[in-house]
Amino acid sequence: MAKVKGDIVIDIEKCKGCEVCIAACPQEVIAMAKNVNGKGYHYTETVNEECTGCANCAIVCPDGVITVYRMKN
Amino acid sequence: MSDIVTKEQIRRPENLVYSKTKLLTDKALSYCPGCGHGTAHRILMEVIEELNAQEITIGIAPVGCSVLAYEFMNIDMQQAAHGRAPALATAVKRLMPEKIVFTYQGDGDLAAIGTAETIHACNRGENITIIFINNGIYGMTGGQMAPTTLPNMKASTCPYGRDVTTMGNPLRMTELVAQLPGVHFVTRQAVHTPSAVRKAKKALRKAFDLQKENKGLTFVEIVSNCNSGWKMTPVQSNKWMEENMFPFYPLGDIKVDGQLVK
Repeated sequence: MAKVKGDIVIDIEKCKGCEVCIAACPQEVIAMAKNVNGKGYHYTETVNEECTGCANCAIVCPDGVITVYRMKN
Repeated sequence: MSDIVTKEQIRRPENLVYSKTKLLTDKALSYCPGCGHGTAHRILMEVIEELNAQEITIGIAPVGCSVLAYEFMNIDMQQAAHGRAPALATAVKRLMPEKIVFTYQGDGDLAAIGTAETIHACNRGENITIIFINNGIYGMTGGQMAPTTLPNMKASTCPYGRDVTTMGNPLRMTELVAQLPGVHFVTRQAVHTPSAVRKAKKALRKAFDLQKENKGLTFVEIVSNCNSGWKMTPVQSNKWMEENMFPFYPLGDIKVDGQLVK
């Protein structure tokens, strides 16, 4: 069975590091970065390739910093 | 098809499934990390975009955390005096009945100083949509007790918890306005999980559709967290909200098609 492939792009300069997306991700793709952005917030980043492009993270992100892509088929 | 798919192959415009709506400006939101206001702003603007109504929608911003809503929503907005958003929305709708008019108010604005305006606008059955963000606290001014603060909930002006014998009982505005004949659709939603956000978006869509049909006032409450006011992390505050806010403010439709559900 072909695996669904997805990916997210996080606008790290606008991310405030609230971690709501981490709780919403069913594949545990997202984690906090060690580095901070220009505002001093730890931002989120992807840590593995398991993303299915379900968009749950983007739907709960209060700041709308996540863009989601999913391969068709 | 080869097994190796690079990120560049996935990140193509034809594979895009979700991105921030263009009806939100590129300004960074002024809200605290994890605040439900941001999600509420986004789903509201997504609904306006779905209705293709950005040019005929007028929003009324309140006083409170969301006082700067006009900076983030890329539509026509006007900011009202504290609590007077329903009165201003009444004027806007009566002067321009073809426009879609909504107010976006917090609990300090709608349930405290603006109680009279809200109840009378609801009772008159104005054709507007009221979006009520309830986080049970005054967020902007530093976490003071609001009319919607739960019994025994701590706030900066009730550090030992709200004592209902001296401080009164919390006010369920949504149930209150649902009793009024001018109100057509009343619902309570939340924006803390993906499924709740989807339901809240559907409720907003329904409210705006009913406004277009001139059915009367539509009222959508969104129970939200205030992690800085509650002194918790965003994830903790969402959990606390599920455990404490939802038993007192149960989610779901309260009035549909002018008839009370419960």
